[in-house]
Amino acid sequence: MATSPDLSVSARTKYEPVIGLEVHVQLLTVTKIFCSCSTRFGDPPNTNVCPVCLGLPGALPVLNRKAVEYAVLAAMALNCRINETSIFARKNYFYPDLPKGYQISQYDKPLAEYGWIDVPGPKRIGITRLHLEEDAGKSLHEGFPDADQKTAIDLNRSGVPLIEIVSEPEISSPDEAYEYLTRLKEIILYTGVSDCNMEEGSLRCDANVSVRPRGQKEFGTKTEVKNVNSFRFIREALEYEIERQIEVIESGGRITQETRLYNAQEGKTYGMRSKEQAHDYRYFPEPDLLPLVVDEKRRSEIRKLLPELPEARRKRLVADYGITEYDAAVLTASKALADQFEVAAKSATNPKRVANLVQSELAGRLKAKGLSIEQSPISMKGVAQSADLVESGAISSKMLKDLYDLSFERNKDFSVVYEEEGRPQQSRDTSALEKTIDEVIASNPKQVEQYRAGKKTVAVFFVGQVMKASKGQANPQLVNELVAKKLGG
Amino acid sequence: MNLSSLTIPGARAAVQERKTTATALAESFYRKIGKDDPQIGAYLALCRERAISKATEMDALAAKGENLPPLGGVPIAIKDVLVTKGIRTTAGSKILGNFIPPYDCTAVARLEAAGAVMLGKLNCDEFAMGSSNENSAWKPVHNPHDLSRVPGGSSGGSAAATAAGMAVAALGSDTGGSIRQPASFCGVVGLKPTYGRVSRYGLIAFASSLDHVGPLAKTVKDAAILLRTIAGRDPMDSTSAELPVPNYVAELDKPVRGLKIGVAKEYFGQGLDNEVRNTVEAAIQKFAALGCEIVEVSLPHTRYAIPTYYIVATAEASSNLARFDGVRYGYRAAGVRTLSEMYRRTRDQGLGAEVKRRIMLGSYALSAGYYDAYYLKAQKVRTLLTRDFEDAFTKVDVIVAPTSPTAAFKLGEKVDDPLAMYLADIYTVTANLAGIPGISIPCGETTEKLPIGMQILGKHFDEATILRIAHAYESSRQSSVLSS
Repeated sequence: MATSPDLSVSARTKYEPVIGLEVHVQLLTVTKIFCSCSTRFGDPPNTNVCPVCLGLPGALPVLNRKAVEYAVLAAMALNCRINETSIFARKNYFYPDLPKGYQISQYDKPLAEYGWIDVPGPKRIGITRLHLEEDAGKSLHEGFPDADQKTAIDLNRSGVPLIEIVSEPEISSPDEAYEYLTRLKEIILYTGVSDCNMEEGSLRCDANVSVRPRGQKEFGTKTEVKNVNSFRFIREALEYEIERQIEVIESGGRITQETRLYNAQEGKTYGMRSKEQAHDYRYFPEPDLLPLVVDEKRRSEIRKLLPELPEARRKRLVADYGITEYDAAVLTASKALADQFEVAAKSATNPKRVANLVQSELAGRLKAKGLSIEQSPISMKGVAQSADLVESGAISSKMLKDLYDLSFERNKDFSVVYEEEGRPQQSRDTSALEKTIDEVIASNPKQVEQYRAGKKTVAVFFVGQVMKASKGQANPQLVNELVAKKLGG
Repeated sequence: MNLSSLTIPGARAAVQERKTTATALAESFYRKIGKDDPQIGAYLALCRERAISKATEMDALAAKGENLPPLGGVPIAIKDVLVTKGIRTTAGSKILGNFIPPYDCTAVARLEAAGAVMLGKLNCDEFAMGSSNENSAWKPVHNPHDLSRVPGGSSGGSAAATAAGMAVAALGSDTGGSIRQPASFCGVVGLKPTYGRVSRYGLIAFASSLDHVGPLAKTVKDAAILLRTIAGRDPMDSTSAELPVPNYVAELDKPVRGLKIGVAKEYFGQGLDNEVRNTVEAAIQKFAALGCEIVEVSLPHTRYAIPTYYIVATAEASSNLARFDGVRYGYRAAGVRTLSEMYRRTRDQGLGAEVKRRIMLGSYALSAGYYDAYYLKAQKVRTLLTRDFEDAFTKVDVIVAPTSPTAAFKLGEKVDDPLAMYLADIYTVTANLAGIPGISIPCGETTEKLPIGMQILGKHFDEATILRIAHAYESSRQSSVLSS
């Protein structure tokens, strides 16, 4: 990112940033929020449309119950208080991809308020509100014959349900913003109400940022940073914008309240022309929809659908499987993965061994190959199978490592490779082992002497030598027994 | 067959009993329209193909001796603010001059499902904004009783076509009196149902919380038949009520003796024409003669109704009409270079003066810094106005009042005085603000032989009672006319 070399460390530490985030999340309903058109992504332009989402004269919105359920679920997962009655409102502005000339949203009576997300620190970031609204269409500037002269409109996305989640201005660094967004996405993914796919636009984020001298209570003038399409870019955009604001103030200037677009290639933000942002949205209650009532009965029905959330699950995994917090975090990166892990662990003789294998053997190999745990060739089931084989003494740890390597090489699950290798077994041939031990004892008289003089720990040395000689194929337990017997004899 | 006096049961019976065919009936209406409408200007579009197709279907039923549905073969026309699939629907506006809707509004779909034959689309004030039909972008409508006078508005085409016998009945819309006032000017029956009684799906919105779809007809019974057909919950309109629809026709002949008729002094104040006052007062005496009890009531906030109405209605309109931007359908200004120029020119050229005036008023009322003083205040007064009616209806069954302070005025008389035009709605807007039902029925005429209308207002979802009282009055008036 483009930091200014001119900005001294002292200038930088004189100020503290204040950040608030507005996140739009697309809900995974089958149909749109106010009509029964499909929400499918990627269909040919203007094929998932009807009089309602085209904003044709006379058409009226009818609220999708599933969208309400999903929004409430998300709100509950974010610790929000659900308002029994919330009101839809019209946000009026002209734009070609906004067919009605207004967006149906919620304004002074949103669906939910007063939530929070805990980020590492630990710190609790407040959520001001969560409300339901409809998405607009898309303006297309390329991909059709006379694109140099015209703009085309695709209204497939018009009316797709969104929730907008507004944080309190309590985030005090770009890193914290990044953490907040990561947790938020994780929680939403757990609830299953969105796929949070930023490339497809199902998660979008705008950031409000200002700086103030450390210790000052009043907020500085804020700017709104838009057009940022990854969490990493948001962190970068915020870093740039904070530096820029400090620089402006330090050089005696004033911050203009404005919307700024982030250019990821340059790593800079640019102010929009003021004409484009002089909006008075003239909000008023949407007369075509009744107040939205989510009563206690409905709330408790929806609460039953709420899954165990990442934070709670992490704590439980640490307690149940004795794994580290870090590994618990890796395993809870997605709900599907955590579910697989738990099913596999519970089916194994020793669940902790499954957890350990994931931490030690799997995680390292994935990291080396640059794969996410979801892309692992070895499934959780495979990890469980390998854990059981080690547990029963059928294979040694060394053999397990080799089989894991083969899995990654061949991009095949553990069970497949295990079969392909002809179900290898570690050696239980006592006579061959005894021969090896005799050889090791014979070639290390000094250590034998030490052992016989009472230094029993030297046994470890012999076991190691034997294992080495057997290329890891020997059963360590058996080697232990035999070494002790021979040395003692 | 005398088309001018043909009622719904009369038309249906004629087709059912094979005295004529629905096809022949439709054709004779088209002939009458061809002959008379050039002077009146009620129709904006005819849909002969669709009409004949429905008529043929009804004729086939009748030929097989099967029972026709309630509106089987009955020729009806539709105000041009109700969208009709494949038939140009303009809402009286140039901006929708080339708009062919891809779907039918619920009310029309229900009429056709009940066998009605849709003749065509009726002229109206642009986007239903007006009280004289002079705001149509296409042509004015002339009052069949005196061609130099307006038919009222905004459902002027619906009232004129019904009065002139160019349709057995019509559908209109009423946002501040747009069914009742033209009904009174043209001497027909006009019913604005309770808000939520009839689906608004497919009604081109003017002011969503005030818009109603309702019938204009020659008799109260016809209005009752039409209401029964179009009323009831529609899953496409969230504000339509989940309530059973009574059999209004069956309730018409129940006795009215003992019913309490409210009279509010606020509806008989300054600005009320003397002839209208005397006629309506005489009508009230008639109710007494029918055994009803006349009770004085008060609606103390009535004087705030017009300003309240014009804030709420214009605010909602400013938002509802934003979709007419030239982007997806309708008129688009030619020769523009930028997006903002396209919006400005399209809307400037495509919308009429009164519509633009209301969009500006409404945008102002919703603006930051003015919202509380105008829109929010108006909503509070609206609550008070509704409470006035609720209080009054604890004492009486219905309230009777003039529909309009005057009879039909001359074309051009008020076009340059919007405020005077707004006052033509002074007795009707309250029912829209409160969402209560109201019916206008003829109750006499001026010395110049112009119809005078009387309005009967009822409780929420109690159309049955206002229809019953209107029917009783209509019957007694007819018998007295016959006996005199």
